[in-house]
Amino acid sequence: MKRHILTLALLAATALGALNLQAQTNTAATNAVAAGTNSVAASTNAVAAVPTNTPSMEQRLESVEAYFQNGDPTAPYKDTNGNWTVNFNSGTYIINTNLTNVQGNYVSYPGAGHNAWLLTSTALVLFMTLPGLALFYGGLVRKKNVLSVLAQCFLITGLVTILWVICGYSMIFAGTGAMDKEDVWSGIIGSPKIAWMLSTVTSAPNPGYSYWVSENVYCMFQLMFAIITPALIIGGIAERMKFSAILVFMTLWMFVVYFTQGHMVWGVNGLMNGVWNAGAKIHAMDFAGGTVVHMTSGWTALVLCIILGKRIGFGKENFAPHSVVLCYIGTAMLWVGWYGFNSGSAVAADVIAANAFTTTTIATAVASFVWPMVEWIVKGKPSVLGFCSGAVAGLVVITPACGYVTPQGSIAIGIAAGIIPWFFVFKVKGWFGYDDALDTFGVHAVGGTLGAIMTGMLARNAANPNFATNMSKYVTDTLFQPLVWEQVKAVGVTLLLVIPGTIVCAYITKALVGLRPTEEVEMAGLDLAEHGEEGYHS
Amino acid sequence: MKKIEAIIKPFKLEEVKDALSEIGIEGMTVSEVKGFGRQKGHTEIYRGSEYTVDFLPKIKIELVITDGQVEAAVGAIIKSAKTGKIGDGKVFVSGVEQAIRIRTEEKGDSAV
Repeated sequence: MKRHILTLALLAATALGALNLQAQTNTAATNAVAAGTNSVAASTNAVAAVPTNTPSMEQRLESVEAYFQNGDPTAPYKDTNGNWTVNFNSGTYIINTNLTNVQGNYVSYPGAGHNAWLLTSTALVLFMTLPGLALFYGGLVRKKNVLSVLAQCFLITGLVTILWVICGYSMIFAGTGAMDKEDVWSGIIGSPKIAWMLSTVTSAPNPGYSYWVSENVYCMFQLMFAIITPALIIGGIAERMKFSAILVFMTLWMFVVYFTQGHMVWGVNGLMNGVWNAGAKIHAMDFAGGTVVHMTSGWTALVLCIILGKRIGFGKENFAPHSVVLCYIGTAMLWVGWYGFNSGSAVAADVIAANAFTTTTIATAVASFVWPMVEWIVKGKPSVLGFCSGAVAGLVVITPACGYVTPQGSIAIGIAAGIIPWFFVFKVKGWFGYDDALDTFGVHAVGGTLGAIMTGMLARNAANPNFATNMSKYVTDTLFQPLVWEQVKAVGVTLLLVIPGTIVCAYITKALVGLRPTEEVEMAGLDLAEHGEEGYHS
Repeated sequence: MKKIEAIIKPFKLEEVKDALSEIGIEGMTVSEVKGFGRQKGHTEIYRGSEYTVDFLPKIKIELVITDGQVEAAVGAIIKSAKTGKIGDGKVFVSGVEQAIRIRTEEKGDSAV
């Protein structure tokens, strides 16, 4: 009864908050449309004259040089208002990239090196889920439930891919910056129609996200993020959620939480995309998914594990991991794969990717050292699970920061990641008694939130030249720069979406298929009852 | 004929096998078992959750030998399996009614 009242109260609070947000965006929308009409009139006048000169050798060379700087290859052919100054009609020009075929013989090609890195990164991020996370989580559950973890990871891979192709990619990434016209809910929920069934996605780059990476590669890259995020939630509710419930819940959750959060933070139309959306309402930044991936999955895991309740025998029986060895193998795979996750999020093989690779390495290694040291001091022994947890915590906390902070900043992040998530896992969990089976909340929610705030504090102009475009007021190279407050706001919006969103999805799932298996099934283990298989035959 | 069951610490298996071999006993059946007596279990800590494990791994050796070999066999086992610390194990001796070698169908003492 108390839980229901609490739920209703949270829902009511969300509704109020959401209505407030809607009111604000509507006012802004009306103003923006008025401004838009004026600028369209202005550009019509400027484009009236069609240029007659063909591209010069100098312009073409500048266009090629843009490849090395991850810059815009069409810039040498345009004037300061963005209008074309050349005519491509006579001949085919190879180093060009643009999605609108303006005139003449236009060939859109991706840039080989950048595309190659993103192709590799995509494979690396898939590797993080299959089998990295599968083994990391699989080793931590009891033997009778190991297959349930593997099955759930694979289920999510296929399920999310289907949703992604149908409308997921579109809902997050479709658009050209005109969020009031293109979005279903301006800045918050993107359009499922624009790139429906990936109809507009080709091997040509989409300059909204990259000048040199094929849009289909970028789409697949982002798909891997969309896959691993719900897979992380499994950790919080391991060993006690029905397979059918996972199927239904994840489907709902992707729409309610992930596609929405992804759009707000990473879409060119997103209201929290501080770096790339000049019209953003919250000037926050999230390089590789601190809020989108870790906060959403982590806080969802907490809410869901409370709604589900504890595992039978929790606190009394032996719930020790059945294989720390598998967990270790999974951790190492996660670390290697995470280079694709973090460094690949530069969407180019450039200086930012290089910095992200460096900061990721330092933060992770430092955290993997600090966590077991804390264990050694406090508990008396450094454990292998401690090394694994420390590494993953480091990876989580550096995720939103990696392309924005300096290597020196990443040391601080590594130290914090080895201590604060440790504290939540070792102490806070015991105080409150929630059964966060595999510490998804303790590591991902806490780590993601910590990472978002530390990104605010440690983002530096020296680390990323792209701040100059829209973020110069917020990144002032000080510890409590204005960016910190923007990050806090972003964290708030994320929680406002995730917590009520999860509650809604969970109760709908409960009504449709139920959440927990029967007591007999849970005690015997999910593997045999739900999958008809045993992980090991001794 | 008598049956000897000995529960010993796992790392002592090779020593016991060699000791029995020295007094002429070549055959035995070995199984991995769990158990405890006065030796307490241990505590494992996984990320802040502590688990006490009561059962300890042990090895059980079973031999069926002639009455005349019993004293020597028991002595050999005890000497090789002893460490002097709690948890060394126990030896049990019981009677066996019949023993048959499957290949030759011999019965009694010549079968063990």
